[in-house]
Amino acid sequence: MSSDDVRSDRRYTKDHEWTKEEDGRVLVGITAYAVDQLGDITLVNLDVKVGETITQGKAFGTIESVKTLSDLFAPVSGKVVQINDLLEREPEKVNEDCYDRAWMIAVEPSDRSELDGLLDVTAYTELLKNAGH
Amino acid sequence: MLGSCVRAGPHRTTIDFAPDPDYIARVSTMDQSPAALRRTPLYDEHLRLGGRLVPYAGWEMPVQYKGVTDEHRAVRAAAGIFDVSHMGELVLSGDSAADVVNHLITNDAKRLMDGQALYTVACNDAGTILDDLIVYRVSQTKWLIVCNAANRDKMVAHFRAAAANHCDFDDASDRTALIALQGPKALALLAQAGGEGAALAELPSFHFRDATLANVPCTVARTGYTGEDGVEIFCPTDGAAQLWRALVELGAPIGLEPAGLAARDTLRLEARLSLYGNEIDESTNPLEAGLAWVVKLDKGDFVGRTALERFKAAGLTRKLVGFEMIGRGIARHGYPLLDKVGIKVGLCTSGSPGPTVGKNIGLGYLPTSLAEVGTSIEVDCRGRSVSAVVVKTPFYKRSS
Repeated sequence: MSSDDVRSDRRYTKDHEWTKEEDGRVLVGITAYAVDQLGDITLVNLDVKVGETITQGKAFGTIESVKTLSDLFAPVSGKVVQINDLLEREPEKVNEDCYDRAWMIAVEPSDRSELDGLLDVTAYTELLKNAGH
Repeated sequence: MLGSCVRAGPHRTTIDFAPDPDYIARVSTMDQSPAALRRTPLYDEHLRLGGRLVPYAGWEMPVQYKGVTDEHRAVRAAAGIFDVSHMGELVLSGDSAADVVNHLITNDAKRLMDGQALYTVACNDAGTILDDLIVYRVSQTKWLIVCNAANRDKMVAHFRAAAANHCDFDDASDRTALIALQGPKALALLAQAGGEGAALAELPSFHFRDATLANVPCTVARTGYTGEDGVEIFCPTDGAAQLWRALVELGAPIGLEPAGLAARDTLRLEARLSLYGNEIDESTNPLEAGLAWVVKLDKGDFVGRTALERFKAAGLTRKLVGFEMIGRGIARHGYPLLDKVGIKVGLCTSGSPGPTVGKNIGLGYLPTSLAEVGTSIEVDCRGRSVSAVVVKTPFYKRSS
């Protein structure tokens, strides 16, 4: 996957998370650019459980590669309705398929206006360009 | 989400996660502005090969090319080539050079013949570690010392002061490049690179000799920092790119990969080789660091000897041990180590996934009573307690 791979059906944070609305819930994952920067992902650690709430901008877990550790920040506030168990067993899926199979959590947003405040694909592409891509 | 390590942009990836403030302070003092960073003679080669350059000990060095795991595996299965030109090369010469060198190191340089080298540490008067070094006896009157880049200024001052009025001292670092060629196929590859290739294959471990490789005059030493067979090659800076390019081209068909600092670190960790600033520093002594084998208390006087004799007589209070994670978690430099009831008893000095051993591994200091193989401990991974067990080291040992 190329590091400048973006998807037009989602919104993004400056911290390189993506969100995708699907059946009233919001799926959350990290972008190809983030994956490229991290390298080989070896651990995805979600600190939230189904039913718990998360707050926009606050960490909901960490992701580790061989040599780095980074926080995962919630792009929106809301209740966690599902987490992707696959990543506990196979964190490398994030390297292989960060936009589909390696979604991390599904959230029922508590304030939909937060979504409108996220970057659209044009704005995110611009951000990547300024980051040297 | 790109948190502590990569948020600042693609050129700021750290090679080791460092949560404790002391460590961050230490690294940030090493982290100069890009303009002040030094470049090795292989800088353009790294760019050409897609290396990701990061600040390291005042140098702009490749942390990785293709990816740390691929590079690590290439070194274990075939060969890897590393630029370690940032390391310091100090030369002492004259009739008294042997005595000056031997007075500053804990190992016994008198055991060396011409063309032989040894691993050692240099201690201060308190018996703690100033640096770890390889000492090469070129001849009875000419000695080469290789020190860590981060310690170069300190070691230059230390050796220069000791040499004053006794022998000549020369800091050759700026005109010397150093390339490490490591892996089971490293020697076979070398044989293709120059006339002396076959002779180099006969070079015993920790021996060195002059050779011409890719038309570049070199000194080749059978040493390394990966746990694999291999060599480290000294050459003049102006020949380094030519030699590097030749080895990269010759190696491509057999699976050689250029390898960065990140792979160098995971390789040395699996082989349980200490990294200065992590396992060893001026707050640790070589006995507790598992380096008693390089301390020769009976060789005559040397800097730190009195203190080391006292440490030995008193018995060790703590020991550097290896551990494997049992629970889901990766230990990192600076994470607290806890006993079974959750009391902090030590610190992790290095930790990461071990690509060859297939486990999350770490090194750290534990009280002697908890240092036995098989002891259960916990690692405080940023507030999460993850179980681990003390294991035998090295984590990886090559079969041949």
